[in-house]
Amino acid sequence: MKKIEAIIQPFKLDEVKEALKAIGIDGMTITEVRGHGRQKGHKEVYRGQEYNVDLLPKVKLEMVIPDGRFEEVIQTLTAASRTGKIGDGKIFVYDVAEAIRIRNDDRGDSAL
Amino acid sequence: MKHFARILVLLSVPAALLAQGVADVQTRLTAVEAAAKSAQSAGDNAWMLVSSALVLMMTGPGLALFYGGLVRRKNVLGTMMQSFILMAVVTVLWAVVGYSLAFGGSSSFLGDFHFAFLNDVGAAPNPDYAATIPQQTFMIYQLMFAIITPALISGAFAERMKFSAMLLFTVLWTLIVYLPMAHMVWGKGGLLNAFSGGKVPCFDFAGGTVVHITSGVSALVCALYMGKRVGFPHTPMKPHSLVLSFIGACLLWVGWFGFNAGSALAASGLATSAFVATHFGAAAAALGWIGAEWFHSGKPSVLGGISGAVAGLVAITPASGFVKPFPALLIGLCAGIFCYLMVVIVKGKFGYDDSLDAFGVHGSGGTLGAILTGVFATKLVNDGLKDASGKVMPLGLVDGNGGQVMNQIIGCAIAWGLAIVGTLIILKICDMTVGLRVTKQQEVDGLDLSMHGEEGYIYES
Repeated sequence: MKKIEAIIQPFKLDEVKEALKAIGIDGMTITEVRGHGRQKGHKEVYRGQEYNVDLLPKVKLEMVIPDGRFEEVIQTLTAASRTGKIGDGKIFVYDVAEAIRIRNDDRGDSAL
Repeated sequence: MKHFARILVLLSVPAALLAQGVADVQTRLTAVEAAAKSAQSAGDNAWMLVSSALVLMMTGPGLALFYGGLVRRKNVLGTMMQSFILMAVVTVLWAVVGYSLAFGGSSSFLGDFHFAFLNDVGAAPNPDYAATIPQQTFMIYQLMFAIITPALISGAFAERMKFSAMLLFTVLWTLIVYLPMAHMVWGKGGLLNAFSGGKVPCFDFAGGTVVHITSGVSALVCALYMGKRVGFPHTPMKPHSLVLSFIGACLLWVGWFGFNAGSALAASGLATSAFVATHFGAAAAALGWIGAEWFHSGKPSVLGGISGAVAGLVAITPASGFVKPFPALLIGLCAGIFCYLMVVIVKGKFGYDDSLDAFGVHGSGGTLGAILTGVFATKLVNDGLKDASGKVMPLGLVDGNGGQVMNQIIGCAIAWGLAIVGTLIILKICDMTVGLRVTKQQEVDGLDLSMHGEEGYIYES
């Protein structure tokens, strides 16, 4: 099993969700986060007081998938979330030791 | 002889009829006069009650939202509370001695205790102030001004003053600064009251000196005395919700019609004139601020627009019952640009932490407006000032009375002086008794939690 942690542009979330749904990936956890990589922030001015906002709003999407579907999911995810500009985000992948469904003690791929 | 008597009888019949007719006309005239008086009183009273409600709406929710949106999320309730609590505290103070100390008696500097506990303040009008409305209406209308004035100051000590200190400060401030100033400018025989034989006749229609200079200058003294917020200016202190501020500012704009047009104390042509001037002043000032900002920093901001509107409303306040519509536009435009410079350039240069710009907007705008009132006040708008023979007197520079500008400056100087000295003394008293500032930890936690044990926004529930 692999855990996929994707940090994407908030406005791309719906598109990504739809694309993953289309290939049969339904489960995911979404968090609204702030951060930046190479993307520069912007300047805000309130009554002359300037603030540089470099931590920008992003969405973090987490899901665990069976090993066999890994390439397919990554391709779908990158295609749906890409605009080609700086700030599109990153994907990190981890190996997962175990998954357990709390309701009925299912384990492994069947718990996903 | 008999013949003569008969003629006399014949003549006396129409005479009697005539006399009866005259008496009849007399009664009817009296009745018509009474009806006219009652109709005027009804009209005036309706407008003044509405105005009173409008002015209260400026404090809550108007100012509470305006200031509440400008602070950080953790201080939204504490800031709103500083406006709200004055709606209660000043009301009680006003009933006990406040009204009397502002409007009782006829001395130069302060009222007396004649109206203490609202003694003698009932349905009968007080012709010294407003002959067509119940004195109770006048009393409640003036109360709303006394509420908003100390609430304005809270913009300077926002996010760092103890609630207990704020209560003590505002009670003392109302007694020591507001009431004497209100009496001097509006009270019978007051030193600056142009319409009641004041020695230094000043024109302040709705409170440029009494409300905005006193509160704005006191705000500056508070900001300097109390020092900066923890982390200022390096920690970001962005307004947490300009949406709240926007709603608040628009409520202030509407409420200001009660503030200024209501100051005519009647549903009169003068009220209309003040209404128009008020609106024009706000509109031009919003454009002035936005224009200056667009030119200077590249973007026209919403916060700039609403700040400009408030600055214009402040500046037009003393002038509203004295100037024509186009001078009102001009006063507004000047105020918008001037207050922008004060808030953005001057505050930045000196580095004091007037957190929500109570001085930059109310102190600066109020002073500018008070002086410009001396320039643009005209008898064509307000013919209330008459000499001994009943002739209407010229008012400002545009009427050829250039000396008025000097009178206005003296009036401003007195307001500045009273505000500075009074506020310093009061701050010292509060500092030595309850202590002014919250602890550093309380400030970091935010006033909502540390002072009131609540949070403004709870997303879990």
